[in-house]
Formats: sequence, C-alpha cells, structure tokens
Amino acid sequence: MRDHTADFLELVRLAATDLPPDVEASLVAAREREAPGSAARGAMDSILKNVAMARQKGTPICQDTGTPIFYVRHPEGWSTRKLRQQIRAAVAEATRLAYLRPNAVDSLSGKNSGNNLGDQAFPTVHFEEVEGDKLVVDLLLKGGGCENVGAQYALPNAALGAGRDLGGVRKVVLDAVYKAQGKGCAPGVLGVAIGGDRGSSYYGSKEALFRKMDDPHPDPQLAELEGRLMTEANQLGIGPMGFGGETTVLGVKLQSMHRLPASYFVSVSYMCWAHRRRRMIAGSEHLVYQ
Amino acid sequence: MQKLSIPIPDKAIRRLKVGDPVSLSGVMLTGRDAAHKWMVETFVKRSRSPQGDDQEIYQAIKPLLDGGAIYHCGPVVAGLETGEYRFVAAGPTTSIREEPYQGDVMQHFNLKAVIGKGGMGPKTLAACKDVPGVYLHAIGGAATLIAQSVKKVLGVHKLDFGVPEALWVLEVEDFPAVVTMDSHGNSLHAEIEAKSKAALEALLAG
Repeated sequence: MRDHTADFLELVRLAATDLPPDVEASLVAAREREAPGSAARGAMDSILKNVAMARQKGTPICQDTGTPIFYVRHPEGWSTRKLRQQIRAAVAEATRLAYLRPNAVDSLSGKNSGNNLGDQAFPTVHFEEVEGDKLVVDLLLKGGGCENVGAQYALPNAALGAGRDLGGVRKVVLDAVYKAQGKGCAPGVLGVAIGGDRGSSYYGSKEALFRKMDDPHPDPQLAELEGRLMTEANQLGIGPMGFGGETTVLGVKLQSMHRLPASYFVSVSYMCWAHRRRRMIAGSEHLVYQ
Repeated sequence: MQKLSIPIPDKAIRRLKVGDPVSLSGVMLTGRDAAHKWMVETFVKRSRSPQGDDQEIYQAIKPLLDGGAIYHCGPVVAGLETGEYRFVAAGPTTSIREEPYQGDVMQHFNLKAVIGKGGMGPKTLAACKDVPGVYLHAIGGAATLIAQSVKKVLGVHKLDFGVPEALWVLEVEDFPAVVTMDSHGNSLHAEIEAKSKAALEALLAG
C-alpha cells in the first residue's frame, strides 16, 4: 500500500468546504417551499449563499467542523495501523491549514490539543476489510450543536404512548424532532437506528446518514415510514433555524438492526443542514472523490 | 433592516421587535461556554478568586461589554502561527448552554445584545426586559458568509481556553442577524415551541 496522507487531506478539505450535490439540491428545494419575505426564506438564502461562497473560497462551510468520523474499507492485508497514522497526519495538517477548527478537548484538564488529535477515538476511525483491491473511505464531519440534540429511546415509552413496533418508532422520532427545535441547525437530516444495544444503535444511526438524500430504503415498510416521518416532522412547523416554516427536516434515513429480546432501542442522530459527508475511492491507478 | 452601532443606546434596543432583521457595526466580543463560566464565577458570583491575568482582562473587556454585544461563536482562525489573526469561518454556536449565566452577565456588564443561535430561555428573556437588551439570531452554519463581516481581529483574551473558547475582540461591519427575543418580553422561540408542541400532540394522538 502506498502513502495516502495527501489523499486523506483532500478528502477532509472537500468535506469541510464543499457540500455534496444531493444535499445542496435538497436545500435549494427547501428554499423554494418557504414564503418569500419570511425569516425562513431569508435563512435559506443565507445558507445557500454561504455554501457557494465556502466552495469558491475554499473555507469551512461551518466553523464547527465537528468530530471527523471516518469509515475505512480496505483490501485484504493492509495495515490499519499505518492507515490510522496517515488519517491522523492528514487531520492535523487540515487543522493547520484552517480547513478544520481545533476541536479535541481533554475532558479532565479542559485543554484543547490544538491539532484535532485526541485519544484513539478522536478522530473516530472505523476499519473494515473488504473484497477487491480498492480503498473506500467515507468521512462525516458532525458538529456539536446537532450532536447535542441526538436522542435515544427505550421502547415501550409510556409518556409518548410508543410501543415496540414501527408505530412506536414513529412517535419517538417525532418527539426527538420536537425537542431539537432549531438547536441542531434545522433543516436537518435524521439518521435513525431501530434495535442494537445502546452503543451499536448510536453507531447505526450515524451510518444511516451516509446514504444519499434521494435514496429510499430498500425495505418497503421502512421506505414508507421514512416518507411519512419526513411529512409529519415538517408538519411540526419548526422550520429553518427554528424560525417557523415549511421545512424542518430535509430527509429521514432509517436502519434496522438485530436486538436482544429484552431491548428495543431507537437512536436518533440529527445532522445539521451542513451535511458534510464525502467519499474517496482509491484504486491502483484511479482516485475519485464523491 | 435596522442598522445598529455598538455601543447600542437603550432607545434603539426598545425599538427592536421580534422578527426585525438587523445589521451590527462596531466592536464586539466572542464568548461561549468557558468564557461565561469564567466571567460569572470570577466576577459576578465571586465563587472563585481571580488568578493570573484575570483582573487585567476584566478591566479590558468591561468597557467593551458596557452597551455592547457578545457573540456565541467558536471561530476558525487563520494566522495562529504568526499572530496576524484572520477569521475564516465564524458562525454562531448553540446559545442555550449559556442560559444559566447569560442573564447575570447582561446585568453585570450592562450588555445590550447577545448573538447566537437556537434561542435562550426565561432567565435571559427577563434580563432582556430589565437591562434592556435583545437576543439576536445569526444563521447557524453560515460561517464563511458571516466571517466576511468581521473586518478586523483587534485582539484575543484567554487563548489558553483554546481557539473556539477564547474571547476574541472583533471589529464588525454589517453583521447580519434577526431579533428573536426582544426587550418587551417576546420570544419567537417560545412561540414556535408552543405551536410545535400542539402539532406534536395532534400527531401522537392520530
């Protein structure tokens, strides 16, 4: 395997400064739904102006460049130790170049490391060996404002009248959107995991966020619930920035996981409108960014 | 669009109503979680004695906050190696984390404008009535756009809090925001929360 540090640096730069086309298209559609002259429309205008300006200037879309979350799929026999070293070097360099804000804070001393390198979990890197000869790396930059409004429910939930079925899932997801109000930088994208344990369920909810905006779930039951949740979440009227308006969420992505007989967790990860996810595919001769 | 220049007179504050777009010019300070905790513990409640350069910084920021504005923002800053600081991305952070402190800080310093995102609660709304002051909502995530209104970084205090948490002294011109909490007891956030709660209850009953 060759050194991929420079490729990872480009992946970070792209994620921080240039929103994926499908996300930008959903923001344009959201703007058109808001009444001309409303605060919501004004917010969407500023958001889209900012997206274009960040791309042109090569500066971060949002100053909270968040936790860098990497999913690395590598061919057989590659050194994950070396890949991690290269990712960490790229993250530190991206911070020096002001593509990323220094975000790694020691929880005991309160000290910011200054280069986005903390313990093994900062940045977060997941590895998986796959067939074939390509390296595929997904990156999500997830800011703190939206991470703070994420929620996990254990069903049944008596207060919401939510049972252990998809009807119950619907109720707790709507509750999470209501509780978030505009604080997660609405309009957001919801990643929702149904099942798992407390830890795997939250990971599942983040993995769901890697799906494209216009990609309905292959399971018809879940595809239907995704559509219904999007319609109903928007009926809450929270709107862009919580100013009130037509679009509170841009999309809903569900993921079903196995669970213990005793547990039925629903985990909601809220991604802000600045849905900064990018993919890099490196073959022996080709390097592509999506 | 109402143009405000810092320091902001009471008359201008009282004129502002929820929903008004504003643009701010003058010198403002950034401050978020660590700064608010430090200000309240050291100078308002005095549960912690001043240490190191605390007093010196207090004297420096007092005249800036008197009639002034504080911005909940943890920026991306270029020029850290040379000290020739430049804001490259500077959107607002979620304000509600400062709710335990903000009202006290407004009263203590005669702070007129709090800028952030997501809105604040009853304690801050009460201080807005009393001081008087306003809460101004900037567009969350619009960090490159907002950074254009930062004309100059005049200085920085408490850089040891880290780049996002330090108190940056900024000269801004036409900084864009919307009034979402005014000095007459109105909060757009309380209104939207109540409306969305009614909508949620209808959906859950359905």
